[in-house]
Amino acid sequence: MTAPPLLELRTLSTHYVSARGTRVVRAVDDVSLSLEAGSTLGIVGESGSGKTTLALTILRLLPPAARIMSGEILFEGEDLRTKSDVEMRRIRGRRIAMILQDPMASLNPLFTIGDQVAEPLRVHEGAGRGGAWSRAKELLKAVRISAPEARVREYPHQMSGGMRQRIVGAIAISCSPRLLIADEPTTSLDLTIQAQYLNLLRDLQRQYELALIFITHNLGIVAKMCDQVAVMYAGRLVEWGPVTHIFDAPAHPYTRALLESIPRMGDSRQRLTAIEGQPPDLAAPPPGCAFHPRCPQAMAQCREEAPPETALAPRHTVRCWLSVPVPAQSAPVR
Amino acid sequence: MNGGRSATLTGAWRFASLASFRTEGFPLIATSILGVLIFVAVFADVLAPHDPEVGRLGERFRPPVWQQGGSEKFLLGTDHLGRDVLSRLIFGARISIVVGFTAVIFAGVLGTGLGILSGFLGGWVDQVVMRVTDAWLALPALTFAIFLAAVVGPSAMNIVIILGLAYWTRYARVIRGEVLSLKERDFVRLAIVAGCSKRTIMKRHILPNVLNSAIVLGTLMLGVVVVTEAALSFLGVGVPPPKPAWGLMLADGKKGMMAGYWWLTVLPGCCIMVMVLSANLLGDWLRVKLDPQLRQL
Repeated sequence: MTAPPLLELRTLSTHYVSARGTRVVRAVDDVSLSLEAGSTLGIVGESGSGKTTLALTILRLLPPAARIMSGEILFEGEDLRTKSDVEMRRIRGRRIAMILQDPMASLNPLFTIGDQVAEPLRVHEGAGRGGAWSRAKELLKAVRISAPEARVREYPHQMSGGMRQRIVGAIAISCSPRLLIADEPTTSLDLTIQAQYLNLLRDLQRQYELALIFITHNLGIVAKMCDQVAVMYAGRLVEWGPVTHIFDAPAHPYTRALLESIPRMGDSRQRLTAIEGQPPDLAAPPPGCAFHPRCPQAMAQCREEAPPETALAPRHTVRCWLSVPVPAQSAPVR
Repeated sequence: MNGGRSATLTGAWRFASLASFRTEGFPLIATSILGVLIFVAVFADVLAPHDPEVGRLGERFRPPVWQQGGSEKFLLGTDHLGRDVLSRLIFGARISIVVGFTAVIFAGVLGTGLGILSGFLGGWVDQVVMRVTDAWLALPALTFAIFLAAVVGPSAMNIVIILGLAYWTRYARVIRGEVLSLKERDFVRLAIVAGCSKRTIMKRHILPNVLNSAIVLGTLMLGVVVVTEAALSFLGVGVPPPKPAWGLMLADGKKGMMAGYWWLTVLPGCCIMVMVLSANLLGDWLRVKLDPQLRQL
């Protein structure tokens, strides 16, 4: 724990601003977390809670309407916000790689697998065609593609979905990045292939000492894959900490609700527990804590004031009034 | 569906699977006619029985061989200067094809390049290119071509440039649209995430994926360009006489129409029509063949 973390986000905010500046959507709001080399962070949350925007913020690949308003993105001790576009391009793919939501469509139909796996090597390391190709074969072997010698010469449409996905994985690790961001990489796969792919990612992580950020809404994957979990709600990090802590004793009502909504084998409940209500409109979030309209434990204070980030343990924070040490006078319940 | 699409694209890209091209509705006749025209254009020197530009005044207005007064020396008759019509048609094919193809390629390179830049870079580049395109499209192509021709003067080379400048906008529009949708495809986004520069992405990921459309458009444009070239020559601002362009032959022959010298206008007219028709048939087929959405209907 003495070494600085690989990635540290400090009070990071990214807002989408409409053309006239009249509507501001706080897609990422005041997010702080850190990630050690070789460990895995799961980011969970409902659709539209800012998970993908957070990932794109780290890579500085935001659409034109989005702006990083404040905060720092410290990667290996350097603030990525101060990097020029050219420097960022050298970091992307080489130090930080990303797997997109639909790896099935991530391959260019017109080029051979070898060419595509070799591309980052040629772009970033100036490798020659021959050298990059033989490295591509090794990478295909690393992601357990059988007969890589023959496969490098084939085209994406000749591959099955699971294979294409592993190839996208091979492209991601081709320049031995330090950090790999996977944005819902398994949503388009069926379950057996999902499990295979997750195992593969974990093996690659160990082998290359990769840090992984796993964006997902599948808490099962988080439990299986991750060391830490960050729960996002309406652009804010409502709870962040070790998976074991959070799964055993979730501190935030939203985390608790998420965990309760997972169906289990032998579950005698007639209906699945759903979280009542809709996620808030990020352009006009409710005052106070954004979760209060749906929170079963909402108090008067929740409607007025957003809760501060409270540390429960050294690397476990939560944003909820319930966890704030109560001052002298007792807070009125409800 | 995704698999089918990539299969088509790959096949077209490599042109190795030409066998699959010979299926469903392949316009054999149109392609053969174009092939023959290209063959004739290439070997015009060998095939033409006479010099197309030198006339014999003693042999003026000879009708084709099957009419009374026709001679076996001049299978398709002679014109008002006693030049052999067949030889002129043969050399005219060379002009039409050379001018047609180079103009289509010139327009294609210009339009595709600007279309890709416009679509991929967006922002002010897109605004500038598209507003220029809009303005350009507001001008009638033929009028614009006549104006340009009047400014730069007639020559085969100038005609190519003029036609290229008159028609690049069609490519730019279509290609820009394609690029806009390609840009959102994951493989392009993956290339961005992998740290490729914009130039690399345009060259390696965008260009190969729009080539199909550019080729189809080019085939369809070939007919338009050939007609425009003929029209310019007909109006006297195209290929300068005594070169045997089909449009020029029409213009020369029109005075003889009422005198019964029908072969001077009908024959070059037929040549233009057949060539344009073949190019369009082939283009239509290619369009359907290479567009997976239409193919599946």
